[in-house]
Amino acid sequence: MANPILDMQHLKREFKMGSETVRALKGISFSVNPGEFVTIMGSSGSGKTTLLNIVGCLDQPTEGDYLLDGVNVRYLSRNQLARLRNRKIGFVFQSYNLLARTSALENVELPLLYNSGISADVRKVKAVKALEAVKLSDRLDHLPNQLSGGQQQRVAIARALVNEPVMILADEATGNLDTRTSYEIMSLLQELNTQQGKTIVFVTHEPDIAAFSQRTVTLKDGRVIKDAKNENVRSAREALENLPVNDDY
Amino acid sequence: MNIINLFRIAWKALLRNKLRAFLTMLGIIIGVASVITMVAIGEGSKQSIRNQLSGMGSNMINIRPSSNFTVGGGARLGASSLQTLKVDDVNAIKNDAHFITAVSPGVTSNGQVINGALNWPTSIQGVSPDYLSIREWGLKDGINFTDEDVKTAAKVCLIGQTIVENVFVNGENPIGKVIRFGKIPLKVIGILTEKGENTFGQDQDDVILAPYTTVQKRILAVPYVQTIYASAVNEQSSDTATKEITAILRKQHKLKATDEDDFNIRTQAELISTISSTSELLTVLLAAIAGISLVVGGIGIMNIMYVSVTERTKEIGLRMSIGARGIDILLQFLVEAILISVTGGIIGVILGISASQLVNMILQWPILISDSSILLSFLVCAVTGVFFGYYPAQKASKLDPIEALRYE
Repeated sequence: MANPILDMQHLKREFKMGSETVRALKGISFSVNPGEFVTIMGSSGSGKTTLLNIVGCLDQPTEGDYLLDGVNVRYLSRNQLARLRNRKIGFVFQSYNLLARTSALENVELPLLYNSGISADVRKVKAVKALEAVKLSDRLDHLPNQLSGGQQQRVAIARALVNEPVMILADEATGNLDTRTSYEIMSLLQELNTQQGKTIVFVTHEPDIAAFSQRTVTLKDGRVIKDAKNENVRSAREALENLPVNDDY
Repeated sequence: MNIINLFRIAWKALLRNKLRAFLTMLGIIIGVASVITMVAIGEGSKQSIRNQLSGMGSNMINIRPSSNFTVGGGARLGASSLQTLKVDDVNAIKNDAHFITAVSPGVTSNGQVINGALNWPTSIQGVSPDYLSIREWGLKDGINFTDEDVKTAAKVCLIGQTIVENVFVNGENPIGKVIRFGKIPLKVIGILTEKGENTFGQDQDDVILAPYTTVQKRILAVPYVQTIYASAVNEQSSDTATKEITAILRKQHKLKATDEDDFNIRTQAELISTISSTSELLTVLLAAIAGISLVVGGIGIMNIMYVSVTERTKEIGLRMSIGARGIDILLQFLVEAILISVTGGIIGVILGISASQLVNMILQWPILISDSSILLSFLVCAVTGVFFGYYPAQKASKLDPIEALRYE
């Protein structure tokens, strides 16, 4: 078996709030293998966001080790973290976070601008390819305000894909979308996972969404309370087809 | 991140907010344009004063009797009533001084010039033939008088344009005509080129030049000279020439080491520097006012960059989350500030040059656009961009990506 993409050992994270110490994560251990589609579930206050920040290399653990693709994140500087985010992680946010008044293509090119090894020509080719992968090759020059929510999120996914990261990290990526569009996005992610072998870590609080993944890690009060394989993974494509065609408009 | 990417990112960020970028630039544009225009006007007036003074002969040295010289009883006398300078002094300077190319005595008398029915009040200058070269003055027509004319106190003269206009009817050729100065008939042998007004508003063409002997003997009946005009080898050597003349004249006048000079030497170079320094002050004042507006423009940049950093917190968070380092963010905002100030600077330079030309065309003011003022104001605005852009940029780079991403 290949080395895990993501390996967490007794991860702890504490925050100092004045004189009090808030213990957000109280020792979390789990690992994710290449090609897995994992959801991290948990209600608010479970430490989900703190974990997401650490997994995304935006934050570092107070105690314990976190290895991303073999690199221990705990001892890295700010700049090394930035480099890691650029090369290994593709973020997808709830609110898309596209740059306004900037074309889809340029939005997708953005992570490559921070990778000095990539020339302008390669950048464009890669960005077009990423947009093709999310089926938006006919929307290259559209601005975010000319795109629907689902399309914007697909641009964001293309942006996450463009650097060929080892892991796509989605933070409530369907939170702002209606059911049909959510299913569309999940279908796209499932496709990327099964057909291109992308490792996906999806943070959500909706069990409905978690049903599309192969494995669900559930957090509560800063600890993992459940880590279960999903025996019958729902297909988002089928779910989409089963939705009534005409919603009651 | 390479430098081209950096400029690309910053440029795109500015284009996303064209109007605001332009308004911010406006402060710099006005600042730079006003610096260039003001300095052009200041330098222009300085240059024109300089040219006028040089037109009088920039190497010219004037020697007059000193009113510091006291005659019996301790009373000081006015320079014109002193009779200490002699033709011998002129000859001594001519023979002994090495830094002098030409020397001429000068005696002046005021009077009425008459030609037939026309007359005009003017003054006559008694000089030697060298006077024209000292004053860098030429003849429009006719010939100069000669040393022979001086020796014989010939009744000949050169006349300025104002005299031509006032005592000759239109179209009449003055050359060869005999005019009268007071009672003395003088034959016009040359017409001086026009010089116009001098710096002090005096009409330099309102003059008659005649051999100094003619004026001394036939008009004033005096043996002394009122002024000695000399010309230094060049502008730089006028100080040395002054020292030389001082030594010669002190010897001529048999002054003891303790005696004060009984003459007074003034060089044109001195006069030029005195007057230039006045207009120098003007230039500095104008530049200072314009410089202040440049600083105000810079503060405008700082203000906008601050607002921009706050407004784009989420964008900064996003950029950080996809791999921008602190330094990348810092440089992006810094380059944005520099782009604003440098673009504004370029437009300002163009506008400043056009405005200066317009002032020149419409108001007829002399202007001089100096390369240094363009370079300086351009540098200042680039520095302004860095200086006022740095602090907001640094603030942006220090943001925590987690908080920045959650910022609404």
